[in-house]
Amino acid sequence: MFYRLHQFAEQRAFILAIFILLTVSVGGLVQIVPLFTIENTIERVQGVRPYTPLELAGRNIYIREGCYACHSQQIRPLRDEVERYGHYSLAAESMYDHPFQWGSKRTGPDLARVGGRYSNEWHVEHLIDPQALVPPSVMPSYAFLLENRLEARDIADHLRANRAVGVPYTDEMIENARADMIAQADPNADTTDLLARYPKAMVGNLDGNAATLTEMDALVAYLQILGRMVDFTDVRIEDLTQ
Amino acid sequence: MATALASTGGLSARTRYDEDVVRLFVIAATFWAIVGFLMGVLIAFQLAYPALNLGSEWTTFGRLRPVHTSAVIFAFGGNALIGTSFYVVQRTCRATLFGGPMPARFVFWGYQLFIVLAASGYVLGITQSKEYAEPEWYVDLWLTIVWVTYLVVFLGTVLRRTEPHIYVANWYYMAFIITIAVLHIVNNLAVPVSFFGAKSYSAFAGVQDAMAQWWYGHNAVGFFLTVPFLGMMYYFLPKQANRPIWSYRLSILNFWALIFLYMWAGPHHLHYTSLPDWAQVLGMAFTIMLWMPSWGSAVNGVMTLSGAWDKLRTDPIIRFMAVSVAFYGMSTLEGPLMGVRQVNALSHYTDWTVGHVHSGALGWVAYISFGAIYYLVPRLWQRERLYSNTLVEYHFWIASLGIVLYITAMWVSGVMQGLMWRSYDQLGFLQYSFIETVSAMHPFYVIRALGGVMFLIGGLIMVYNLWRTIRGDQRVEARDTALARPVAAE
Repeated sequence: MFYRLHQFAEQRAFILAIFILLTVSVGGLVQIVPLFTIENTIERVQGVRPYTPLELAGRNIYIREGCYACHSQQIRPLRDEVERYGHYSLAAESMYDHPFQWGSKRTGPDLARVGGRYSNEWHVEHLIDPQALVPPSVMPSYAFLLENRLEARDIADHLRANRAVGVPYTDEMIENARADMIAQADPNADTTDLLARYPKAMVGNLDGNAATLTEMDALVAYLQILGRMVDFTDVRIEDLTQ
Repeated sequence: MATALASTGGLSARTRYDEDVVRLFVIAATFWAIVGFLMGVLIAFQLAYPALNLGSEWTTFGRLRPVHTSAVIFAFGGNALIGTSFYVVQRTCRATLFGGPMPARFVFWGYQLFIVLAASGYVLGITQSKEYAEPEWYVDLWLTIVWVTYLVVFLGTVLRRTEPHIYVANWYYMAFIITIAVLHIVNNLAVPVSFFGAKSYSAFAGVQDAMAQWWYGHNAVGFFLTVPFLGMMYYFLPKQANRPIWSYRLSILNFWALIFLYMWAGPHHLHYTSLPDWAQVLGMAFTIMLWMPSWGSAVNGVMTLSGAWDKLRTDPIIRFMAVSVAFYGMSTLEGPLMGVRQVNALSHYTDWTVGHVHSGALGWVAYISFGAIYYLVPRLWQRERLYSNTLVEYHFWIASLGIVLYITAMWVSGVMQGLMWRSYDQLGFLQYSFIETVSAMHPFYVIRALGGVMFLIGGLIMVYNLWRTIRGDQRVEARDTALARPVAAE
């Protein structure tokens, strides 16, 4: 029967093509579609919010530089990982990540909860010259981030594109995108509205140079929010079941 | 005249097979192979000696790594696949390429443009960050146009065949072209920020994006690096060995099982992550099942040599092909093993994965391609034989030694790093800081880079040999005469 069917198809190119298409479609349909329809795929925890404009710009630098090639952002529920990096990663924590940055290789450590672990100054020094702080490190130097002004005049368009793919940026957030981006790295700015829109954002003089908004400001802002949005002290175990 | 007749098979002299375009693809595959190997060697040394990142934003590991992966997978592998598919489909269907010379040339130049656009983007920092799907939306759209043209040319040629049956190699090539189109389009769905900018945001987020990406990523391995290379094996191995395929039934069974099961295996890249457990377990189960059709194909390839085993000793091209099938068998045993959750807990995030990928990519994909290229070049340029079989021997042994250095170094460093991460001291504290594991990697990164250098040297020997062959030179070698001389009975 099976061989008969094959014999039929292998003398008819279109039939063969259609059989192939049907055969390869099953796996993806079964595995991908339910992830959109099964409600508890994303855990029911509080605190996950869209990135601030500066964090988003920093995230784009993280992507641009291919940081994911060496750093994962996905802590597995294994004893040593939880002790080394913190609570295992939740699907909810990357629900606004377009694209995800879970990574596949740890040439360097996991960064899912690096936010708040080191000071801004440490990050800046480390990105400028990793070996100065951690001599055996094999990380490249990213000193140029401090020299590159953050060119993100179209940051509001980035928020809009994110909204188009499902990130709940409000009109107010989009309207204030550019102002928020500048204010987050300005130690003299009034950040009350910014923090109301984006709780827990790291504000202030991020790169040690208050005069110019650099790519370093953006990357540090992004690194400092990683893993800090969910407050695990008020998460109940039943919120975590998938 | 004799060669011209032979190469056109049953066709009249007016409807000659289009071999010019195959020649272009063979040259491109060889060129990109060297570029890809060179980039691999460079980034391997960067991991051993970070000063080689050169402090410039265009030469960091993060930006060059996708240049390496795309150059070897899509540029070297892709050109070898499209070129051989055009060669094989014409001969096994006894038909010239559909649409005449122009569409096939559009596929060639369009594909090269895709490669250049993708690679230049990475260096400039334009990337989607999805592994093996890094090109941004405008490059993706361009590739879609090229790929659909490729599908039309290939399918059109099969449709106008003068043979009643579609040869097995063509099923594999067809599955490759169709499935890659599906994977490419779904995984690259994105919304650009503006029409004039490079940046886009993926249509999916978080867990769904991860699943879509590794459904794509695993099947880039399955349908780019396995299925069509099996098609290559099913044509060039029997040809070079001058033996029929061992079992036609086995090739049918393996074909449908392989293409069905492969598509389910993606979640084994996401074990113990935030992907729900049901998906992980499903992926693991299918990963283990995948072992069967993989070995079925490997057995079919190896057994095709039955009755021609002596050629392993005398024909270095057969040796490349036979060893490639052996590596295919080995990686497809290792893969399902690493797809088991408990094993993956150790291997994931470490160099073990890198070693596994390279035993498949160097040992299987590159070796079967080298075999096919060595087979094709004298025929495409109407030369009697290769310039030198001895140089093929050198290529084989130097590259094989390189692979052994590479994969053993990565196995050791991967398992070691995985064990160091999870080891505890007597007081119950983690024994090693992360950076201590990085220091421990150093000697293995040096060995790995040296293995890469040897693989590159092998590739350069091949380039020299092919260039002399194309020029029409023939090296007089003792081996050719010695092996041909009959041995007196004792």
